[in-house]
Amino acid sequence: MISTKEIVVPTASVTALGKRDPLGDQRMTVSLGPQHPSTHGVLRVEVELDGEVVVAARPDIGYLHTGMEKTMENQKWQQVVTITCRMDYLNSMGNDLGYVLAVEKLLGVEATPRTQVLRVLLTELNRICSHLVWWGTHVMDIGAMSPFFYAFDQREKILDLFECVSGARFHQSYFRIGGLQADLPDTFMPLLKEFVAQFPDFLKMANKLVSGNKIFQTRTKGIGIIGAEDAINWGLSGPSLRASGVNWDIRKSEPYTGYETYDFDVPLAQDGDIWARYVVRMREMEESLKIVQQAIDRLPAGPIQSDHPKLKLPDRDLMKQHIDVMIHHFLLASEGFTVPIGEVYFPIESARGELGYYLISDGKEKPWRVRVKTPSFMNLQVLPKMAEGQLLADLIGIIGSIDIVLGDIDR
Amino acid sequence: MSILSEIIGTVKDVIDVARSTATGMSITLSQIPKAKKTVSYPEEPVTIFQRFRGEHMLTRNADGKENCVSCFLCAAACPADAIYIEGADDPRPYAERETQDHRYAKIYRIDYGRCILCGFCTEACPTDAIKHGHNFEWAVYTPGEMVKDKEYLLKNFERDKDLNIKLV
Repeated sequence: MISTKEIVVPTASVTALGKRDPLGDQRMTVSLGPQHPSTHGVLRVEVELDGEVVVAARPDIGYLHTGMEKTMENQKWQQVVTITCRMDYLNSMGNDLGYVLAVEKLLGVEATPRTQVLRVLLTELNRICSHLVWWGTHVMDIGAMSPFFYAFDQREKILDLFECVSGARFHQSYFRIGGLQADLPDTFMPLLKEFVAQFPDFLKMANKLVSGNKIFQTRTKGIGIIGAEDAINWGLSGPSLRASGVNWDIRKSEPYTGYETYDFDVPLAQDGDIWARYVVRMREMEESLKIVQQAIDRLPAGPIQSDHPKLKLPDRDLMKQHIDVMIHHFLLASEGFTVPIGEVYFPIESARGELGYYLISDGKEKPWRVRVKTPSFMNLQVLPKMAEGQLLADLIGIIGSIDIVLGDIDR
Repeated sequence: MSILSEIIGTVKDVIDVARSTATGMSITLSQIPKAKKTVSYPEEPVTIFQRFRGEHMLTRNADGKENCVSCFLCAAACPADAIYIEGADDPRPYAERETQDHRYAKIYRIDYGRCILCGFCTEACPTDAIKHGHNFEWAVYTPGEMVKDKEYLLKNFERDKDLNIKLV
């Protein structure tokens, strides 16, 4: 029999206040996730706790691994576009753009001016869309419920735009190698202008509701700090890196699809805590809206498909009338096109950071090797460093602030 | 002195928090008179865009003959291997047979357990035989029911007109 004197009652709150723990190193290991809603998908974090304080946090990934890179190697060059958008499902347009640009670089093809502007426009809309999901869920993790609904109301408008232009809300596959799926429908521009006109009001409301909130600021300031040097050493990218004061944005440093011609700022913050990452993303939505506005103003008329004879499916009316055009159509639709032998690495700035495609072609109609450097994977590995010494409740805030998508990590 | 400043700090914090809560509440309450954003779907029509990629339909030409000539191009373009076709020949003259060409699809199945609705089949089809409809109601009880055959897909053309949707 155990006497009552031997039963030790743990006093968890003592360590949280910074006083000495009478229990020594009696630690507890807690498994957070993979079904926990605040881990944003199927992330499992093995947390070692000393009372309420996180001693070590070990992320466990792989629950969503479906072997997408290998699947891509078994698809024709054009068909891969249907898979790329399924990796980072919140930033699907951006993922398609990276792949399409990588293949175009291998082929030596440049998209037409209209296509380039449309690609920038839709990718920036998708960046806003992705940041809206981050805003809604991150703030909800910290304890505010209603911002989630306002964010998803705005996001719905962007998804409607995507449905209008491509036919699908999430997995658009709208960007094709050398062009686009189809030109804009007539209903698109009025809807887009309506969205752009009302979005600044939403941002103002969002800043009033959450950014100016004292409780939110207290929960986020000075928590999960990562310095500039550490951030670079750990391979952070995107808004999480810029929140540590490192001015590095691929849209500025290695511009693609004509980003160098747009006038926009790269938001920076110095503190490297949750609040800094919050501020950077909120300001990034404003900058993305600026780019969208400029793209609307300059959208040129013209063809959407490049002249490359292999990439473009023939005109449908001609195809139905002439047998030679029909044969061309059959060959392209069934066998696809070949890409010259070579390898390419193409990075773009996705909503989460540097998204890079490394492709090797052996001159056949399928890629020989596809390797994707995804931003969420690199950003997640810094979690143990950020979470060390923080409270368990703040770990949830930290996970939300690095804005991970598990589909992007596991692929 | 330090106790006094601590008290002042606490009072300031309480006021700040109360002000933030009041601001948040005012925004929440201002939503009440606004129009409702949800749609009670089966009673009210839901807005769908013209290009929406829903359940496929197999089309017929002006004479009511099936457009599909069993060329297998949709199956070749499909990234998910969702389409299964078996072709056959119908030697009867145009007026008697049900298809526009001698060659027709005896079996035409789409497995919606595999289909990813990318639209590559509709782009590949040389006779406009396969198109995306606007139907999105396909809940089934068993996986086998996800495989739709030719008769079902041909009827989708008529079914598309009866959907409770508002096309934009």
